Amino acid sequence: METKVGSACETCTVFNAKGLKKLGVNTDNFDFVVALAGNPNTGKSTVFNALTGLKQHTGNWPGKTVTRAEGAFVYNEQKFKLIDLPGTYSLLSTSEDEEVARNFILFGKPSVTIIVVDASRIERNLNLVLQILEITDRAVLCLNLMDEARRNNIVVDERSLARKLGIPVVATSARFNQGIPELIQTVSELANGKIECKPHRIKNIPPAIEKAVSKLSREIEKVYPGIANSRWIAFRLLEGDEQIKEALRSGEFV
Amino acid sequence: MDNKNIENIIKLSDDLRWNIGNDFHDSLAEGIYADASSIVEETVSTGSQKSRATLDAKIDRIVTSRTWGFPIMFLLLALVLWLTIIGANYPSSFLSWLFLDTMHPALKTLATGINMPWWLNGFLIDGVYLAVAWVIAVMLPPMAIFFPLFTLMEDFGYLPRVAFNLDYLFKKSGAHGKQALTMSMGFGCNAAGVVATRIIDSPRERLVAIITNNFSLCNGRWPTQILIATIFVGAVVPQYLAGFASLAAVIGIALLGIFFMFFTSWALSKTVLKGEVSTFNLELPPYRPPRFWKTIYTSLIDRTLIVLWRAVVFAAPAGAVIWLISNIQIGGESIAAIMINSFDGFGWLIGLNGVILLAYIVAIPANEIVIPTILMLTVLVTGTSGGAGAGVMFEADSALATGEILKAGGWTLLTAINLMLFSLLHNPCSTTIYTIYKETKSVKWTTVATVLPIIMGLVITFLVAQIWRLF
Repeated sequence: METKVGSACETCTVFNAKGLKKLGVNTDNFDFVVALAGNPNTGKSTVFNALTGLKQHTGNWPGKTVTRAEGAFVYNEQKFKLIDLPGTYSLLSTSEDEEVARNFILFGKPSVTIIVVDASRIERNLNLVLQILEITDRAVLCLNLMDEARRNNIVVDERSLARKLGIPVVATSARFNQGIPELIQTVSELANGKIECKPHRIKNIPPAIEKAVSKLSREIEKVYPGIANSRWIAFRLLEGDEQIKEALRSGEFV
Repeated sequence: MDNKNIENIIKLSDDLRWNIGNDFHDSLAEGIYADASSIVEETVSTGSQKSRATLDAKIDRIVTSRTWGFPIMFLLLALVLWLTIIGANYPSSFLSWLFLDTMHPALKTLATGINMPWWLNGFLIDGVYLAVAWVIAVMLPPMAIFFPLFTLMEDFGYLPRVAFNLDYLFKKSGAHGKQALTMSMGFGCNAAGVVATRIIDSPRERLVAIITNNFSLCNGRWPTQILIATIFVGAVVPQYLAGFASLAAVIGIALLGIFFMFFTSWALSKTVLKGEVSTFNLELPPYRPPRFWKTIYTSLIDRTLIVLWRAVVFAAPAGAVIWLISNIQIGGESIAAIMINSFDGFGWLIGLNGVILLAYIVAIPANEIVIPTILMLTVLVTGTSGGAGAGVMFEADSALATGEILKAGGWTLLTAINLMLFSLLHNPCSTTIYTIYKETKSVKWTTVATVLPIIMGLVITFLVAQIWRLF
């Protein structure tokens, strides 16, 4: 049996960008589902367009994406279906947008979630990132609008950020197509299990609550062994989220 | 088997919730923020943060200020309209030369050459072809200028500032502040504006936004306003003021539309759609220099061509209908003439005439074809020379010639002003009506959104006509 030795070229994202085919709206028979989440006005739709070759209308105002947009691309002969979720600041309250985004990440079980953040406003954006990381353990942080961040003299230590969050971090300027090949490569490696994530867990919680959460999540793990988001389910149960109770009963998470 | 465990878990969570107290939600949120700030502290360094952040703040201080906010909005609106009106003239006359003066006679010659029967020839070339050609010649240039300009402002980040400026007025009228955004979209296309109301969460405020979106003068109606204002309003002032007066008249109508939008929102939220105004966060995004060519390209493809295609699809059958009602005769008179005569009395009452009312009925599918239909029907009933024959839509060579035809048809300044008012206040086009139904899934609200503006239009034009005739 002959194994093809991968040369340095073949593992390089620039080379592999040739293995990319943008498929527009043709989303049949996909191998992986990829969700695009993030705060409003961080350029999710621009990233979406850059990945799929679609020309979904983009605009500089928060809340522009009102419907869930879908598109697809092929990378190295695997087909990825991409879902552009409405932008939200949080997943903890009950507005319609937040429910669409949360339910998709939770029940749609995307193979990978791309979390788009505005590199100039990382701290505010992390609120959502940390919540998503409680729900899914396969995510990549897309540090978008890098051009603006550079203009604002903001320097991000991407490697420490990746270590802190426990997920890969890719810097992009989607408007100028910068960083998109690297993003695709990372998404592909995550989907194929070549990168393991150890997502950040919310730490600064009062001990009494932390105890209750651990107790609950242990019980949940007994019923659903290997579940990645038992802690998040525990958060929601403690909040009295009826939808999550229902989902727990029907086993929709697994 | 598992069910019991799950019920136990839920039970356990209910018990624990009592133990941990009320501040769970806040504690969790605080925990997340604390984590976020510790992560950022170790990974992000901000140099001297003065450069752009303060520039943005400076711009915002001007464009959202109490003094300058509104004047700047009106100036920008005027600038966009002015560029559209002036800029559209040249390509428009080129396109009408190409499609109407050159292609149309050529097609007629061709049809005669292959011995096409007169009725098929007339139906296809004078009806369908001319309607489509007219819509392209009149619509494409203003759209190709208006939409990219609008998109540039959108990409730059100006729209949220408009929402910010108008928020107080929306709140006063019981509507959601984000309605400013959907209203702005409506200036391009009401159907698009209605779809955009999905950004409003509260069903009550969303309905208010949907019903009042029609008061945003849409792209299909701008050309009517501009043409009529140029001919009639521009003519009553000295020559050197003509351009300014007609621009002011068009902006006046647009502002009147905004006034009616606030008024109707207020009336609705005080009567059938009572409720609280919801609060919301609107992030003022940073100003981003638009990517000029990309914006031009996508707004041409996404907006202009899609809207144009829709207009063409509706114009073709409308052209056929116009030709048919002008050429099928009952008792020696064409159907069109019979209808016009029967509408005339009512038309006079509201300062319009039978021709205009019939044109609006024919043009329900698409507002864009109102003016050509009016011209053709006027020629038909008054027998003015210069028209091309029964049921043939044509474009008069210039605004001046158009004016001559209309004046021969008994038009006065009152007719013109009331046509502009009626063009603002009448039912939405069929696409918008269908979109409203799709969005609300309610026959009742679709009917309200359709009929309400017509009633308002009839009342207003009636009042204007009566008062006008008093003096």
